[in-house]
Amino acid sequence: MGNTSSMLTQYDIEEVQSHCKGIFSQREIISLYERFCILDRSGKGFILEDEFMAVPEFALNPLAQRLLRILEGVNFKEFVLLLSAFSPRASFKEKMEFIFKVYDSDGDGKVTTSDILGVLRDLSGSFLTEKQREQVVIQALDQAGFSSGCMLTYEDFVKVLVKANLKMEVEVPVD
Amino acid sequence: MGIQRTGVKDSNQLRDSSLFRPSQSEVDLYQHDMEDFLLDSAAEPAAPHQNKLLLCDLLDISGVLSEAASAIVDDSFTRCFKSNIPEPWNWNIYLLPLWCLGVIVRYCILFPVRVLLLTVGWIIFLGAFIPVHFILRKHDHMRRKIERGLVEFICSVFVASWTGVVKYHGPRPSRRPRQVFVANHTSMIDFIILEQMTAFAVIMQKHPGWVGLLQNTVLESLGCIWFNRTESKDRHVVGEKLRKHVIDPESNLLLIFPEGTCVNNEYIVMFKKGAFELDCTVCPVAIKYNKIFVDAFWNSRKQSFTMHLLRLMTSWAVVCDVWYLEPQTIRPNETPIEFAERVRDMIAKRAGIKKVAWDGYLKYYRPSSKLTEKMQQKFAESMLRRLRTKTSDEDLSTPMEG
Repeated sequence: MGNTSSMLTQYDIEEVQSHCKGIFSQREIISLYERFCILDRSGKGFILEDEFMAVPEFALNPLAQRLLRILEGVNFKEFVLLLSAFSPRASFKEKMEFIFKVYDSDGDGKVTTSDILGVLRDLSGSFLTEKQREQVVIQALDQAGFSSGCMLTYEDFVKVLVKANLKMEVEVPVD
Repeated sequence: MGIQRTGVKDSNQLRDSSLFRPSQSEVDLYQHDMEDFLLDSAAEPAAPHQNKLLLCDLLDISGVLSEAASAIVDDSFTRCFKSNIPEPWNWNIYLLPLWCLGVIVRYCILFPVRVLLLTVGWIIFLGAFIPVHFILRKHDHMRRKIERGLVEFICSVFVASWTGVVKYHGPRPSRRPRQVFVANHTSMIDFIILEQMTAFAVIMQKHPGWVGLLQNTVLESLGCIWFNRTESKDRHVVGEKLRKHVIDPESNLLLIFPEGTCVNNEYIVMFKKGAFELDCTVCPVAIKYNKIFVDAFWNSRKQSFTMHLLRLMTSWAVVCDVWYLEPQTIRPNETPIEFAERVRDMIAKRAGIKKVAWDGYLKYYRPSSKLTEKMQQKFAESMLRRLRTKTSDEDLSTPMEG
């Protein structure tokens, strides 16, 4: 087997780059492709849940299942697009869209209280009771001026999180 | 090649598959290291306002997501098992024909010669081993001695069949009771390389195919210790066998590969503590392969052992260094796990490979949920803290209740 980047033509690289709106450099895309090929052990063009979970650092993450729902079975182009939200060059909007996607598990464009509870459940495990979780969510929503039964749209989401100190940057190693 | 023959030999082999299921204390040690390096980043919600429960802090999962994304993009565990492909050097008009000539020489001249050598070696070996095994039934001591010599011989033939250029450094292992040899593990050929110099007894998993056949016939008569990875009680049984073996002055030097799996010779994963709680001296052996002609890492997920051997036999040579390091004993206040870490450190330094805080077993099993639970607990506590400060007279039940 030779250098894996030779399996990716310049045309392919440019196509992927334009798909992710130029957020990743060409070297980063080559690096991501090598990584994609390592994870996709049988070379089928997409990565299965088991293959993601074979990375212990990923399997340990409390939000692993949610991310799997988004990342599983996508082809390389989509994979790069999804990961582009984590690039230092990604805009606030792209990061927001990704976070919203993680919360909005049914994909209906609205984040309900139960969606927020679901994420909180993943993050806190058995260390908070359901009652405590509800208290946390209700209190936080109340603080921000939302009633407990409401649904957050993407715009609401952005308005809330614009004040947050997002730590969402991952460096793609290039050699 | 500097092959020296010592008198005695046994061949038991610790293979790629794991020997022991991780015990709780082992799991705790790994997680202790992992915790430090994983929890450095913000697994906690972003908290510019430590005491207040703000919606923006609650919804901000960017830290946790970034950790997951970072693991997807690159992680130290997968790197341990990556076959490193060397840069192609045959990229121009002068080098390409030279390389083609080399391929012809390797495949059409060297390979047949090596196969011939191997065949002749096996014929001699089996021709001597089988009669000796049956005729000398009553004379156990003599029989074993001859059988060991023969196994040593066949290992030398193997090494010759890939033109092994092995440089041994340090004092040769001496036969003394109560000592155990440990080495880092890259491929099953580690065993063959060490075996041609000194007779070792090794611990091995039973295999299918021609390797299994060899195990049942040749290696069995030399006294292998078998283990079964899938049986959890097996650990105690094997532990007992090990202890008995080490005490017996007639038995051969014991060689164990505490990593429990083949790693790519750039990294070294956590050691299983089994070899370090036998109450004897541990003699570390470091093995480092030079990738100049071929990468000796056996990626058992990608190819069978037969294919691996064929690859070695069609390359110019297998070059490696073996260092026999200073024997170590457990210090008074040291636990077996700390002892294992100390020895692993020695081997890593000598071989010039990087230490990684992962358990090699994670190749076969998912990580225990304990670490995830620790992260969840930390998060839950910070949430509770803020809940408390906001509402002092709320009915706050303690976690884990109801």
